[in-house]
Amino acid sequence: MSEEVFLKLEGVKKSFGGVHALRGVDLEIRKGEIHCLAGENGCGKSTLIKAISGVHNPDEGSIWIDGEKVENMKPMDAINRGIQVIYQDFAVFPNLTVAENIALNGELKNKTKFVNWKQIHEVAEKAMAQVGADIDPDVKLERLSVANKQMVAICRAIINDAKLLILDEPTTALTAREVDKLWDIIRSLKAKGIAIMIVNHKLDEIYRIADRLTILRNGTYISSGDISEYDQERFTRDMTGKDITEEKYMPEPGSEEVLRVEHLSRKGAFENVSFSLHKGDVLGITGLLGSGRGEIGEALFGLSPADSGKIVLNGKEISIKSVSDAMANEIGYVPEDRLTQGLFMQRSIQDNTIAASIRQYMKHGRLDKKGMEDTTNYWIKELGIKAPSPKPAVRTLSGGNAQKVVIAKWLNTHPKLFILDGPTVGVDVGAKAEIHSILHDLAKKGIGIIIISDDLPELVQNCNKILVMKEGKVSGMMDNSIDERTLGNMLVGSSDRGGEKA
Amino acid sequence: MKRNNDWKLTLTSTPMILIYVMAVFCIIAAIRQPAFLSPATLVNLCRAGIFTMCFAICEMVVIISGGIDVSFPAIGCVAMYVPMYMYNNGMGVDNVFFFFGVAMLAGLIFGVLNGFLVSYLKLPPLIATLATSSVASGGLIMLLGTREFTTLPPSLEALYSINLLTFVDPNTGFNYPLTILILVPIILCLVMAYVMRYTMLGRGLYAIGGDSNAARIAGFNVRKLQFIAYIFCGVMASATAMIYTTLMHSSTTTALMGEEMIIIAACVVGGCRLTGGHGGVGGTVLGVLLITLVENNLNMLGIPTSWQTFAVGLVLLLGAVLSSVQAKRISKMGKI
Repeated sequence: MSEEVFLKLEGVKKSFGGVHALRGVDLEIRKGEIHCLAGENGCGKSTLIKAISGVHNPDEGSIWIDGEKVENMKPMDAINRGIQVIYQDFAVFPNLTVAENIALNGELKNKTKFVNWKQIHEVAEKAMAQVGADIDPDVKLERLSVANKQMVAICRAIINDAKLLILDEPTTALTAREVDKLWDIIRSLKAKGIAIMIVNHKLDEIYRIADRLTILRNGTYISSGDISEYDQERFTRDMTGKDITEEKYMPEPGSEEVLRVEHLSRKGAFENVSFSLHKGDVLGITGLLGSGRGEIGEALFGLSPADSGKIVLNGKEISIKSVSDAMANEIGYVPEDRLTQGLFMQRSIQDNTIAASIRQYMKHGRLDKKGMEDTTNYWIKELGIKAPSPKPAVRTLSGGNAQKVVIAKWLNTHPKLFILDGPTVGVDVGAKAEIHSILHDLAKKGIGIIIISDDLPELVQNCNKILVMKEGKVSGMMDNSIDERTLGNMLVGSSDRGGEKA
Repeated sequence: MKRNNDWKLTLTSTPMILIYVMAVFCIIAAIRQPAFLSPATLVNLCRAGIFTMCFAICEMVVIISGGIDVSFPAIGCVAMYVPMYMYNNGMGVDNVFFFFGVAMLAGLIFGVLNGFLVSYLKLPPLIATLATSSVASGGLIMLLGTREFTTLPPSLEALYSINLLTFVDPNTGFNYPLTILILVPIILCLVMAYVMRYTMLGRGLYAIGGDSNAARIAGFNVRKLQFIAYIFCGVMASATAMIYTTLMHSSTTTALMGEEMIIIAACVVGGCRLTGGHGGVGGTVLGVLLITLVENNLNMLGIPTSWQTFAVGLVLLLGAVLSSVQAKRISKMGKI
């Protein structure tokens, strides 16, 4: 690794209408290094990317690219200087072919007026060969998987001699295997001397890929250094400003059975799934994408009901054929994609909080406004939602706070069984710990908690029972004495063939 | 993984299905009514399809860019009425270029208005163009009244009488002249097919229709492209309206009103998706052909012409179902 600095930021400040998004950020990215930028949601990571890529110009502070101080940079200037950003949604065109998606930006940069399709194909093939991608160049992007779309975005970024590649949370939608492949590509780009900046806040992933790390908090630069200088404790402390030590969840063994599932099956999704949950238990369900892990949650909540099997909740056998069955049996469910399935983003915190329990507030044909507001205030306080009042729209909240609103919505229905699919996806470390401790408290009160997740450290830390799914079948049931690595191997190891098929 | 089942996709793609439907229609028509096979049918079809084709190409460009324009019939009415009004009130000269020039200028003004409303004020295109439509149509009636001009100025009359060829039916002795104006949609289609496929302008329109945010990040000038789409639509629709006046010997303030739905339908039947980014000249031509065929040749199938609206409705339904089924099929096809 050369010590030559490609990008340097000093004291960069940016505010939007009085809100300080960046309050003085220093950053140094060297040529041919993989640099992780970490920080909780709302720490200013996105604004920083926009400052580097010329979308926003900083109010104060200076940016040097390749030793040259730049001012009033426009997005095109940043691209011309070799800075390429791969956004979370990849910013690709679903209606255009792979080849065109890869080559279009280059054509645009060269200000060509006419399109030479032969050249577009050549450029695309060359770029794909560079990263080792094998995708039909004539297929439209809408038909590609997330991982392949990302591949296209990477190909597009590198064709115009990129010198710095910025990836914004590249792993959120990828399976473990796809993440591995991505890291391989990133390393090969690094070997070509390209500097890489990855925005990420998953510590285990950062350890695997990064050379150096910079941490931001509340728009302020906190620390920076070699990855070896950071252990879990320092990382969390720098991220959150607090000492958070999460210990493994170890409930007292309970005797009361909360939930028993026997031989649950749904054709094409999972078969013969059995498990039981006692008072105090937090059950984790994991597996690769398509292993049936999410489908079990959907079946228990009646979204796509099971074909056969028995569900016993608090000693009573229940039949769940629809969401209303599930709700009548006091089951709550936090979907994986809270933005589209769990929340009304435009509506207030209050509207969202009482959304699943609105009938409680119907009095003499009118809604009890006061009651709804009191309830919402109660949950805001109880769950530590950072909001001044029940009024703001949920879209104004950070990921962690939005997730707490989803949880509040279900807790307000007083569920007996609470299923959470990916409860902390896109939630930062601090809020994550808070959500976990809420769940533990609920479990101790005798509410059945099921966490469905592919975040293995999260499961090991927070579940005292873990159910591993593979190709629709239960492949193991263990307690949390298992370590992440072994668990990871169980998921990935022998299921390679299954993955290829899909 | 490379191109294994593509032929299957091609055979069941929307354009192919349109071709099948048209083939079936023609075969049945030919069996029931051998006169259908006469060149006269083709000549009539071409004449009838001139406006539909031109309007459809205008609309297609806007739909591909991710918008929609329901104002072109109103703009067209202004464009055909104003020059005739001026001429009949002693303003202006009797010159083809004057008539078309004034018409296209009117189209330009309203195209700019649409472009401004959509790209700068960020109004939803449907609302923006609905408003423009009312303003244009209402303003025209308010300012210039509701006359009907049925006699063409000599220069347009001269244009009208230029024919590419005239087919004389040997049995009946009827003349079937094919106007030179048929070249307008043909050239328009060829030019636009090239523009949409081989220029950055065309690809830019697809790009902003596919994902305008991605287009902005990539460095496309989204506003400019939207502007171009609406201006093109306004100007070209106005020229088409002038052709309408020439061929129909009629210019009124409402002649084209209501055309927008059938034109949008022709685009959708031809594979344009209202969400933008999809479709092309080839498909649109097929959509227009099918609709024109059904509109004008129902009697050949022995179906009374009073069924025409119903039959066209069925065709539209077919198109809508087809495009939705195809979209679902693609999304279900499994990701690669």
